[in-house]
Parts: sequence; C-alpha cells; structure tokens
Amino acid sequence: MLKIFEFMKPYTGMLLCAVALLLVEAICALVLPGYMADIVNDGVIPGNIPFIWRTGARMIGITLLSVAAAVSMGYFSAKTSTGVANDLREAVFKKVLSFSNAEVNQFATSSLITRTTNDISQIQSTMMMAIRLFIYAPIIGVGGIIRALDRSVSMTWIIAIATIAMVGIMGILYVVALPKFKIVQTLIDRLNLVSRENLSGILIVRAFSTQRFEKKRFDKANKDLAETNLFVDQVFAFMTPVIMLIMNLTTAVIVWVGARQASAFRIDIGDIFAFLQYGMLIIFAFLMVSFMFTLLPRAAVSAQRIREVLETESSIQYRDNILPLPADFKGMVEFKNVSFRYPDAMEGDENVLNNISFTAKPGETTAIIGSTGSGKTSIFKLLLRFYDVTDGAVLLDNIDIRDIDKEELHDKIGYIPQKALLFTGTIRSNLLYADKTASDERIRTAADIAQATEFIENMPDGYDSNVAQGGSNLSGGQRQRLSIARALVKNAPIYLFDDSFSALDVKTDANLRAALKQKTALSTKIIIAQRISSIMDADQIVVIDNGRTVGIGTHSNLMKTCEVYQEIAASQLTDEELMNA
Amino acid sequence: MSEQQTQQPEQQSYDPMGDGAQGVVVKAKDPKAAIKNLMNYLAPHKTAILISLVLALLSTVFSVVGPRLMGRVTTALVDGLVAHWIGTGLLTNFPYMARLTVMLITLYIISSLCNLGQEMIMARLSVKVTYKLRTEISEKMHRLPINYYDTRSHGEILSRITNDVDTINQTLNRNLTQLVTGVTTVVGTLVMMIWISPIMTLASIIVIPLSMSIMMLVINKSHVYFSQRQEALGELSGIVEETYSGHNIVRAYNGETDAEEKFDKSNKAIRGSSWKAEFMSSIVEPIFSFVGNLCYVMVCVLGSVLAVRGSITIGDVQAFIQYVQNLTYPLGELGAASNTMQATIAAAERVFEFLEEEEEVADTATSAHMEHFEGNVSFQNVKFGYNPDKIILHDFSAEIKAGQTVAIVGPTGAGKTTVVKLLMRFYELNGGKILIDGIDATDFTRKDLRDIFGMVLQDTWLYNATIMENIRYGSPDATDEEVIAAAKTAHCHNFIKTLPGGYNMVLNEEASNISQGQKQLFTIARVVLKNPAILILDEATSSIDTRTEVLIQKAMKNIMKGRTSFVIAHRLSTIRDADLILVMKDGNIIEQGNHQQLIDENGFYADLYNSQFEQGEETA
Repeated sequence: MLKIFEFMKPYTGMLLCAVALLLVEAICALVLPGYMADIVNDGVIPGNIPFIWRTGARMIGITLLSVAAAVSMGYFSAKTSTGVANDLREAVFKKVLSFSNAEVNQFATSSLITRTTNDISQIQSTMMMAIRLFIYAPIIGVGGIIRALDRSVSMTWIIAIATIAMVGIMGILYVVALPKFKIVQTLIDRLNLVSRENLSGILIVRAFSTQRFEKKRFDKANKDLAETNLFVDQVFAFMTPVIMLIMNLTTAVIVWVGARQASAFRIDIGDIFAFLQYGMLIIFAFLMVSFMFTLLPRAAVSAQRIREVLETESSIQYRDNILPLPADFKGMVEFKNVSFRYPDAMEGDENVLNNISFTAKPGETTAIIGSTGSGKTSIFKLLLRFYDVTDGAVLLDNIDIRDIDKEELHDKIGYIPQKALLFTGTIRSNLLYADKTASDERIRTAADIAQATEFIENMPDGYDSNVAQGGSNLSGGQRQRLSIARALVKNAPIYLFDDSFSALDVKTDANLRAALKQKTALSTKIIIAQRISSIMDADQIVVIDNGRTVGIGTHSNLMKTCEVYQEIAASQLTDEELMNA
Repeated sequence: MSEQQTQQPEQQSYDPMGDGAQGVVVKAKDPKAAIKNLMNYLAPHKTAILISLVLALLSTVFSVVGPRLMGRVTTALVDGLVAHWIGTGLLTNFPYMARLTVMLITLYIISSLCNLGQEMIMARLSVKVTYKLRTEISEKMHRLPINYYDTRSHGEILSRITNDVDTINQTLNRNLTQLVTGVTTVVGTLVMMIWISPIMTLASIIVIPLSMSIMMLVINKSHVYFSQRQEALGELSGIVEETYSGHNIVRAYNGETDAEEKFDKSNKAIRGSSWKAEFMSSIVEPIFSFVGNLCYVMVCVLGSVLAVRGSITIGDVQAFIQYVQNLTYPLGELGAASNTMQATIAAAERVFEFLEEEEEVADTATSAHMEHFEGNVSFQNVKFGYNPDKIILHDFSAEIKAGQTVAIVGPTGAGKTTVVKLLMRFYELNGGKILIDGIDATDFTRKDLRDIFGMVLQDTWLYNATIMENIRYGSPDATDEEVIAAAKTAHCHNFIKTLPGGYNMVLNEEASNISQGQKQLFTIARVVLKNPAILILDEATSSIDTRTEVLIQKAMKNIMKGRTSFVIAHRLSTIRDADLILVMKDGNIIEQGNHQQLIDENGFYADLYNSQFEQGEETA
C-alpha cells in the first residue's frame, strides 16, 4: 500500500483541493437541515412568511455552492486517480521490460499482464471512490453527530442504536457470505476449465463418444457453482430489506420520541425534522464506510501485486565499466566450464548445465542436440544473457559477456526462438524489427534466404500484408520463416537457431539450410535441433545429455564414438540413411 | 448500491480491463427476438415471477404509505401544541399517536418482509435459469458440427457461458425487480404527493424533466468518453500482452525503447479519455443530489408558506419532504436499470444465437449395427470442401483392405487431417460415399461409427483428472488392471510408476514434469484400451525427445498389428512401408499408390522424397 501512496505525492496539491472542496460540500449538507428547523420554528409556527422566503433563498444558495464544490471535487479526484494509475502503469511496464527471464518466469507472463492492466484499473476506481468516501463520510458522520447533539442530546441514543445495528448486520452478512464468496471464484474457474477442456477436446470427445461423460462433468461444475451462488445471493437478499427496515424504524422512533419530548417542551418541533435528517446522514455515512471496507481488501491485494513487481530487481545487472567490443568483431563464441542452475532452483536440485565447454567459430555451424530437458535452450539463454551463468564464463571474442553492454551484445546476435512469435503490424514492420534502418533490398534478401519470398508475394498486399497479434493469421511454417528472416535482416555476426525448422516440411527445410550456408558464410551459426537430418552436415555437433557434454565432433565422428548420439540416430534414421552417412 | 458492490468481485474477474461494466453498452441487433426468447425461458417460472412481482408491489405500496402516516403523527403533535397555546382542550392525543406509530412500524416490517421474500424468490429463480442456460450451452456444444468451431475462437464461446449468462443472472436477480419497484415507487409516491397537495407536486416535479435532460446529457457524454477509454485500454492491453509474451524477442532485439514509446503513446491516450470519463461519472451523483436538494428547498419553502396559510398541515409538509427524497432515488435507479437492460438483451441475444445454431445432421433412424468389424474402408468418388463453395477433394476413390496401412503425406498445411476427419464423420461429404466393411458410414449412428476408430493426435488432449482416468477415457468400464495392461502395451507403465502418485497423479495445466511425448503415450494407451478396428495416428514431427520417440514408435507399431491404420506420416520408414500412400497438396489428394509406384511416377512425391534424400548424400 505504501508504495502506492508514493505515487500520489505529485498529486498532493490536487488532493488537498479535493479535500477542501469535500469539506465545503459536507458543511453544506450539514447546514441545510438546520435551516429547515429554523423555517418550522421561526417561520411556520409564528407565521412569518418573509422569513420563510429569506431562509429558502439562503438554502438555494447553499445547494448551489454544494453542487459547485462537488463537481470541482470530481475534477480533482478524477485527475488524481487517473494520473496515479497512469504513472503506475508506466512504472510497472518499464520495470517488466527491465526484467530478465528469471523474473518473468517467477511472476508468469499472464500474471504480469493482469498486474499491468486489471490491478491498476482496480486501484484507480477504488481511489476514485476512496477519496470521496473516506473523507466525506467521516466528516458527515462526525459533523452529523455534533449537529444532532446540538439539537437534542436525549434522542442521540436512537441514532447510536441504529448505527450499531446497521454496521453489525452488515458485518454479519459479510462474515457469513465472504468464505462462500471466495469459493465462488474457484468454482467459476472450475466451470471455465471444464468448458475450455470441452472446447479444446471437441474432436476427442466425439471420437470417443464421451459426450455423456462430459455433460456429467460440466453439470457437476455447473451445479456446484449454482448452489454456492444461491447461498451467497440469498444471504445478500437480506441486505436491502434489513437496511430499509432499520432506516424506517429509526424515523418512526425519532418521530415518536420527538413528539413526546416536544409535547413536554423539551425540544422544538422543527428540531424533530432536523434530527430526522441528521439521523439519515449519519447512518448513510456509516453505510458508506462499511462498503468501503468491503472494497479495500480487493484493492489492497492489487496494490500488493503491483508492489511486488515494482520492488523486484532484475537479476541481470549491467555493469558500469563495460568493455567496448572491438571494431573488427568476429563473433567467436566460447563456453568455458559453464555451469548453470535456475535462480529459483531448490536446494538439492541439480544444475541444468554442468561444466559445458565448447567453441563456436565464425563461418562454421555448430549444432546442439540432446533429448528434451537436457538443457539445450538454456545454452542460448545464457548466451543472450537472459540468465547469468552460475559458474564459468561465456565469452564473445574472448570478452566475458557480463562485460558487454546490453544493446551491443544483442545487436551482435540474431536469435530465432523455438516459438516463432511475430508482432502486430505488417510483414515489413516485423522484418524491420531487427533493424529499423534496413533497406528494402536487405529485407528481400533475408526473406529470400528464409524461403519466405514466395508466400509473401502471394499475399494480397505482399510485404505490407497485415500480421495479426502473435502472427495468428499465418501458418506455423510461415511464422517460422518470417522469424528466421527477421533475424537475418540484422546481418549479425552470430545466429542462434532454437529448433527453428520444426514446422517446415523437409523440402523447404533443405532449401533454407542450403541458402543459409551460402549467404551467412562468415557468421557463427549455432543450431539447436531435434531432427538429426537437419544437423548432419554441421561442422561440429555438441551432444548434451542431462546437462553435460557427452560428445563433440562431426556426424561421422560421433557415430563412431558417442553412444547417446548413436541412439538418437538409430531412432530417427533408416538403415539406408545411416549407411549413407 | 449495496448489491452492486457485493457482486462486483465476481463480475470483474471476467472483465479484461476490470472496469468495462459501467462503460460501453453493446446494443442488441434484434432486441424483440431476444426478449421473446428470454420470456420463453422464464415462462416455466411464471408463478414465481408473478408472486415476486406482487410482493415487490406490496412492499412498495406499504412503504409509500409510511411518510403520510408519520406526517399524521406530527400533525397530531402540532395540533396538540397549538391547542395547548390557545388554552383549549388537552395537550396531546398520545393514544392516537401511539396507534399510528405502531401501525407505521407494522407496515414497515410487512414491507421489508415482502421485499425479502421477493429477493429470495428472484435469487432462486435466477440461479435456476442460469444453471439451465449453462447446461443447454454445454449440451449444444456437443451437438454443433465441427466446422462451427473452425471459425470461432474458444474465448468467444467461453464468454457466452460465463459473462453473458452471468449478465442475465444479475439482471434477473435484481434489475428486473428494480424496474418494478422503481416504477411502483415513482407512481405510488406521485399519487401520495398529489393527494397531499397538487400545487406542491407540480412545483417539485417541474425540476424533474430539467434534471433528466441534464442527466441524459452527462450520461451520453460520459458514454463517449467511456468507450474512448475502453478502446484505448484495449489497445494498451494489446501492447502489454504482446510485449510481455514476446519478452525474449523484445530483449534480444533491443526493442525496449520502441516498446516504451508505443506504450507511452497509448498510455497518454488513456489519460486523456480516462479522467474525463471518471469526471463525468463522478458528477452524476452531485447533480442528482442537487436536484434533490432543490426540490427539498422548494418543498420546505412552499410547504411552510402553505402551512402558515393553513391550507396544509405541518405533518403533510414533513411527509412531502420525505416523498420528494424518495422520488429522486428510484429515478436514478431506473436510469441505471435501463442501461443494464440493454446490456442484458445483447447478452441474451448472443446466448440464444449460439443455442439456435444449426446442429449436426441427425443420425439415420434405421441405423446399421454390427458386432464385429474387419476394417475394410472404401472411398467412392468423395467430394468435399470445408466451404461448399470451395471444394478441395474433388473425386477421391480408394480401396483399403483390412489390416493395411495408409500413409498420408504432404507439406505443412496441405490438409492431411482432412481424410481422417471425413472418416470419423466430423464433417459431411459434399458428394460420394465412404463405406466401412461395405456399409455406408452415414448409415451408422455417429457413436457406433466412431466406436470403430481409435485416434491418436499429435495435439494431445488430456483433461484435469488422474492418469488412470485419462487412460480410461472412452472405455469407462475398464478395470484398473486393464488400464495398467494398456499402459504396458503403450510403453508408459514404467514411466508412470516413477511419477509422484503413479496412476493417481492428477494431470493439470501445470503438470510440467510430463513432456509432450509422454502425454502422447497416455493417449496411445487410451486407444489400446479402446481396442478399435481402425486406427488413426498422427506421427510426431518434433519437440519430442528421442528416447520417448522410440517408445512412441514401438507403441504405435504394437497397436498397428492386425489393424487397418491411417497414419499422418512424417517418417520415411513409415511411408515406405505403407500399403497405400496418399500425397496431399493444397487440400487435395494429388497422387496415390505405394512408394515404388509413386517414385516411378516421378511427380510431387518423388520430388519430396528426393529432396530428403539429397541431404543424406550431401553429408555422405
């Protein structure tokens, strides 16, 4: 919560204005009933009509003042709450951009998205209400009590009892309903889960004719939700009638008691009227505050979630004393006794990578192969400095990457991730993502190498065709080729391909690799692959098993010496192909 | 107010930006039809609704009488006091006042009880209707043709089940009665006011049209800002989502500054519309209370003047003040209710649109039934297109004998799964026939037809339950021993035993210690357990670790023995050993035959095959 208050600091002036205006508004609301009492006491009963008119005019003036104050106060609180929300959003977004993989994974992407959007909207709307309720309600409450005491001490007990009853009943309702309320959320999630499973498995459900089973499963989730909802709704059904009853009873009792006291000349008749008004004002004030308390926990959770993001520091810190890369940077990559474990790994967890050493030379292709979970992708993540090594060092042209500037490091690397992700825009804007200044010529060459030219030119708008979010309007193979082309636009000295050919058919795969070999002859290429056929021709193959290097060499070399490699080969290639190799 | 607050947590959880509810209202295309449909759903609950409406009516009538009675108490008091001053008669008529007060309290209690009863009934009813709607949507899901799902996102259907139905629920639960109580309160209050003093009524309601038009102006204006803000927020969350999910790319391509610029631009746009929207909605209440206060002052002044002249009692003035205050609140509520009504009708329209979608062609009444299948499959002049205007399979014929293996090959996106989907009748043919053991596939019920097949897709589908239950899926009567035996055949028994909980381990989205390949083994076990006559297999392309892949291949070989199999093949060995190869391109089957025949044909297949082979030579 405190962190959020810090964000309110720049708006202190506005907040003070809002508070001052609220005070004006509250005083107006408190003054009005007094005038009414005066009209009755000094106007109606003595029959003084001019006094009635005069007082009436004053009341109109106060009403006008009150509405003016309320509207301007709306301006200040709107400016403040939206301003704070905007500043928060910006701060969170920038923070997330500075995160390394470790922090993103720790929070999970979807959670970071809600923290940047929903949670902040939640804060904004709560703040908007809080400014009003938390300041206005207490003023009205306290002011109302003072004014009521002023009119009649002897009737205050009525208001006290009404208020206590009201707050007590609200409390009971919430205590009864709240636990169930939380369950409702999980039951909705459950209903969503089952529905989602039904939708994603629509083919399977039909193939196995399990419609009846699925209906039963859905019905269970549906029924659980309906029953819990019924309970909560019925508890809340008490709310309005009870509140109305308390208010109505309070008025009835005030009038009755007031009548008795007035006829004993202890109070004036007009005071009964005023007292009624104050009673209502006070009860409303408490009602508002108790509503506020039901809203606060949610806002507090949101605030906490935002704070967590803001207080997390990226585990990758860039040093101040960075070393500039040489002008004739070659792009030699060296892993020197690298060991790595995830920052959030538990005690006793094994390292993901153990003592990995290899050198990838410029102009050569280095392939990395191994079973899933063997740590192949981690090698790229270390090379891109998404994580820092636990032990050992990653060197580029003999410089430790921890001594290199972030921008410079990433400028040197063309990275093609496993999941080909594109951004909303056009094909051109996606290819330009690597380098805004790239010429059309360069873009075309990159697309050519990536075997993407044909399908791009077949699209109605060619390079200016739209790309939907994540590239969902393109096929997996098309996305993958564009993602490769994007990296090639960089003209980088180092290329990292993380299983980037998986969605391509055999023929395109072969053409692409032939073109790559020719057009990126000088670059260092590191390829992670599953298919042995994709990497048989690499200059060097690094075989990883359980985070350890179990073999380095060429295909024919490894076929003779490396058992793991032989196993992989045997599972993928036919005898004929093995013989050919 | 109270109720809106309580429902908020639930409602907001579906709302992508957490505050859309108050903002934009999507209007229905054909409100009348939607209302009629909704009425049909409510028809079985006629009595309950009627009782609830009567209760709502009674509740308001009783509470509307209150202020008048209370005014009588005051009048009696004043009369007593005046009598005392003049010196005539007794002080105050307390028994009369006590009778009135008791009557008043009784009325209020009855009114609240009616209100409570009405709320209870509506809560029950709305939960019932909600439950029924959800059930029907879920059942409908299973009856829609598969091609319905080709063009709709899951999110769209999900949002009907949750959001839209929930909107209907809320409206039934409160807005409906709010409307009734609102109208009766306004009418009842007006009647009472006129009864007390027509002149004062006129004076106080003069302000209402004025305030209403100011209100409309403000609300319309704020709608514009709200929708602007909603749009800006949508754009912003698009940017956020994209940047975060592409976090690695953004970092690796030094795209941070770019992303920040885009974000700042969008964030600024929000700021512009957001504060105006908040401001506009914040002044609604002050304006309302201003109008209320204005009425109040007018009634005070006018009432007092009239009271002095003696044409009205002081108690009536007091009652009148209360009536005026009672009037403004339901008017505001009515405005809000009409707003949500619009949203509800739009939601109902979406729900009914879904429920009225055309369903699958019904199973033939005189369905064929067979105890045992050999597994002969015959395609006769099959014509098919996902869109009838765009036929992709033109005239496909093939004979597959029991026990043969058919390999379906082709480049990515060639439509290799089409044949499979037609076999299982997920889609209807546009011409020709598919025969199974000589019987037209459409002569079976869908269930009987699909029972013949066992399908393993690359895109494995497992549901949130234990491994045991997942394997048993489709064969609910299988014993634990049979499940374990199937797992052994599918080569996943050993691996399952090493998992925490073994067969009782619950699979969920976070079960990350189970790889894609291992999941596929479960689905193979599932098919083994089903023991079908014909198999449909989808070979893995990638992302499966080699050792698991060996297991999968062994498992697939195991189950293919003696069964007719259709394999969407990527591995050369499978393809070469197949009895029939169907070569697909752009949705159509362009070549068919066995490996040697196709190589001799020297067409697309030969090309595809050679490109793979060249590589082999290259490395040699």
